[in-house]
Amino acid sequence: MNLTPFSITLIGVLGLLGVGLYGLMVSRNLIKIVVALQIMVKAALLGLVAAGNVSQQINLGQSLAITVLVADTVVVVVGMALAVQIRRQLGSMDVKELSSLRG
Amino acid sequence: MPLSLLVIVTILFSLQAIRVSRLMIAALWLAGASALLSLTFYILGAYMIAVIELSVGAGLVTVLFVFAITIAGEEAGDLSSLIPKPLAMAMVILPLAIMGWYALPLTVTHMPVTEASLANMLWQQRALDVFVQVVLIFSGVLGLLGVLQEAKAPLKYPAVDEFAAKRERELQALHQQSIEKETI
Repeated sequence: MNLTPFSITLIGVLGLLGVGLYGLMVSRNLIKIVVALQIMVKAALLGLVAAGNVSQQINLGQSLAITVLVADTVVVVVGMALAVQIRRQLGSMDVKELSSLRG
Repeated sequence: MPLSLLVIVTILFSLQAIRVSRLMIAALWLAGASALLSLTFYILGAYMIAVIELSVGAGLVTVLFVFAITIAGEEAGDLSSLIPKPLAMAMVILPLAIMGWYALPLTVTHMPVTEASLANMLWQQRALDVFVQVVLIFSGVLGLLGVLQEAKAPLKYPAVDEFAAKRERELQALHQQSIEKETI
């Protein structure tokens, strides 16, 4: 089976997406959830660059990927801030503990 | 061959980042995955994003993770997942299989495209994206202040009672002052 570079990259995108989605579903720690989210965003970045590469518009793919990367970094910062503050307030980063707000 | 190897090792590194129980080790596996991904970008011809991914994805984000884990501390032990792992696996594999079924036999027709330079693309054609990035960076700075903010000591009594007691103390101080003036 002879795979083209685009097919290999698409397999990588699907693999990273799967790993990230699995991590989001099974993790209960807030920082682990942000790690899983990061993996999913890396899949999106790889997809953008691969699409730019195959359509011979790599600069368009790169400019879109830069925007995604900036947004992703901000998501990490805000996620970490939430995790740290929740740890200080509740003494735990377990998402199950957050259900104490439930009515 | 190098591309397929890089992609496989990146996926394995990401899997390790999810599997390990210690948060600091997970952050390091993620940094490794980012570094490998930047190599993949380089092979695909996206040189600029490769550099940015290496410095931001593998550098800055890892520093942020380590910083936050150091402040918040490691949670002892591995927590069991809320949903059964086989069910989670099935819920991941099913949509990915459907996506792969549609995406993988994709045939690409190459069209001759005249593309602008990256600087032109970023600063002129997609200038609105740059403005959005500036706003995002500003909110990121506010988020960082949230990480660094010191926790206030919790109130001993309900806020209303605390306020009433403070007001009462102020009134008593005023009353005391007026008595002292009268005696003088």
